[in-house]
Amino acid sequence: MSAYPYTGDSTLLRMFSPASWLALAAAAFVLFVVFPLLSLAVAPDSGFHVSAYWVTLIGKIMCYAIVAIAMDLIWGYAGILSLGHGLFFALGGYAFGMYLMRQIGREGQYQADLPDFMVFLDWKELPWQWWNSDQFWWCALLVVVVPGLLAYVFGYLAFRSRVKGVYFSIITQALTFAAMLLFFRNDTGFGGNNGFTDFKRVLGIPITTLEARVTLFAITGAMLLGTLVIARYIVTSRFGRVLSAIRDAEARVAFCGYNTLHYKLAVWTLSAVLCGIAGALYVPQVGIINPSEMSPANSIEIAIWVAVGGRGTLIGPIVGAGIVNGAKSLFTQVLPEYWLYALGLIFILVTLFLPHGVVGLLRGKASR
Amino acid sequence: MSEAGTSAVHALSGMGSGDMPTAHVASRGLDTSHGVVLYLDGISVSFDGFKALNDLSLAIDAGELRCVIGPNGAGKTTMMDVITGKTRPDTGRAFFGQTIDLTKLTDAEIAQAGIGRKFQKPTIFEHHTVFENLELAMKTDKRVRRTLFARLTSEDRDRIAAMLERIRLKDSAGRVAGLLSHGQKQWLEIGMLLMQEPQLLLLDEPVAGMSDEETERTAELFLSLAGSHSLVVVEHDMSFIEKIARKVTCLHEGSVLAEGPMEDVRNDPRVIEVYLGR
Repeated sequence: MSAYPYTGDSTLLRMFSPASWLALAAAAFVLFVVFPLLSLAVAPDSGFHVSAYWVTLIGKIMCYAIVAIAMDLIWGYAGILSLGHGLFFALGGYAFGMYLMRQIGREGQYQADLPDFMVFLDWKELPWQWWNSDQFWWCALLVVVVPGLLAYVFGYLAFRSRVKGVYFSIITQALTFAAMLLFFRNDTGFGGNNGFTDFKRVLGIPITTLEARVTLFAITGAMLLGTLVIARYIVTSRFGRVLSAIRDAEARVAFCGYNTLHYKLAVWTLSAVLCGIAGALYVPQVGIINPSEMSPANSIEIAIWVAVGGRGTLIGPIVGAGIVNGAKSLFTQVLPEYWLYALGLIFILVTLFLPHGVVGLLRGKASR
Repeated sequence: MSEAGTSAVHALSGMGSGDMPTAHVASRGLDTSHGVVLYLDGISVSFDGFKALNDLSLAIDAGELRCVIGPNGAGKTTMMDVITGKTRPDTGRAFFGQTIDLTKLTDAEIAQAGIGRKFQKPTIFEHHTVFENLELAMKTDKRVRRTLFARLTSEDRDRIAAMLERIRLKDSAGRVAGLLSHGQKQWLEIGMLLMQEPQLLLLDEPVAGMSDEETERTAELFLSLAGSHSLVVVEHDMSFIEKIARKVTCLHEGSVLAEGPMEDVRNDPRVIEVYLGR
């Protein structure tokens, strides 16, 4: 990817090499044509049929891949390690989950206007957080605004106080932990430790049909490719070069006349928004969101995906998210109790032997 | 520096070193109507009770090349930190030109106002190419949105190409800066400073680790810059100071011990006592 000429700015065409554009087009073809056809048009008893299980699993992993790219932007390029990105993902998921809860209508257990957990808690009306939540556009707006605003305010305070390195990482970890405790409380108004589940419809369409799943899959695929293109534009622009300069020598960047606070804040907020969107796409596919998505371990796992795939490569984090989550769903079926050990082992091996991740290894091989 | 190189330097800086400096500096927007580009007035800075700067007052004329010497811990680097906004003084004022109060600006704003700084340890962007290092330093609109959609104009490319020529890194333009030799890194950093088109350059030990030939060329470069720029050079290398010095300031324990022409300062008994050695 470093093939772009040293004198070059990214223009839309030159941003990727011709081979990479071809690969993107191929990926789009598979995601939008091959996969839906194999799933919808091929008979279920055929060996080529793609079942709902695979549609959902790969759709879920693509959501993680979006998060991984968002993480790579701030960690791989700007050198800011967030251990709280699971929070932004979960907030996006909760924001869209509110809409999904309202779409259940009177088909819940209690056949009431309010979501079931509110009836169970004996609430008589929607709390203020749920205002307008039956409107798709409003919840879609919240998906972007809530993680974005939280990241902006938190980032402004942290970056202005020049909190850096491991201290910043620890604070983000504490932030997501605090949010998890908050969301565990019933009083917070988001279903306590059960969170949201039992979704029925989205935009009036039944959510569990294969058609709906494939549609969500394709939207997620489009979002993933879009995220990749946007991220690639950013890192090949002068803005991207300023980011990696901040990573390497922040004082010099400031003495060149760049306000590094604005740069860090911009990429940090963008990264959080991307995570929120990924979370919103994730929730209707897996059918549940609860506070455990905010657990510190989840956020650490995001960093592991990026490290495994290769920091500062954009494509690496997608690969890393695929490898780690593929291994995870394999392990949790075969040897569920050993998954965390395996994850730890993967991380140690990658740190020791693959400092540039899997993609770094492949590139090293290719250039040799 | 070769004959051709020297004349290129003169062509770029727009003038020889002998012309009257003030008008040129002032013409770029900074108010130096009283002939002073930098004025430090009673600056004190203390760290945990240690007075790094103690009522330091100093004035640098527009177009002047000032050398600052002094033993370790005399406050030379702290002085640069105060001027560039890295450290806030406890008391005192620092003015850039007649009107810009440096103690109220951020480091980035000070850089934009026209003060460039070279660090003691060469600080360049090691993972960027030499070309990109100069591109990032180039004087332009440095706000986020502009940078995101910035395009190099052919004029920009010419400016960078001229600078590559000037700092003798033309053949290394596409190389990753971390691979340069120490002396080349120093030159690249100086080149980055000049790309910012500052009126005042602060240079902290610019020839440390340079070969004799590189040191020689650096001296020529600085002499050619003086007049159109104001320079403050902190150096321990006395032979280098002798090559370029006009006026020398010796700091000791956070304030000015002696100031004047090189000969006077060198023969000052107090300077000999604390710094040069008997």
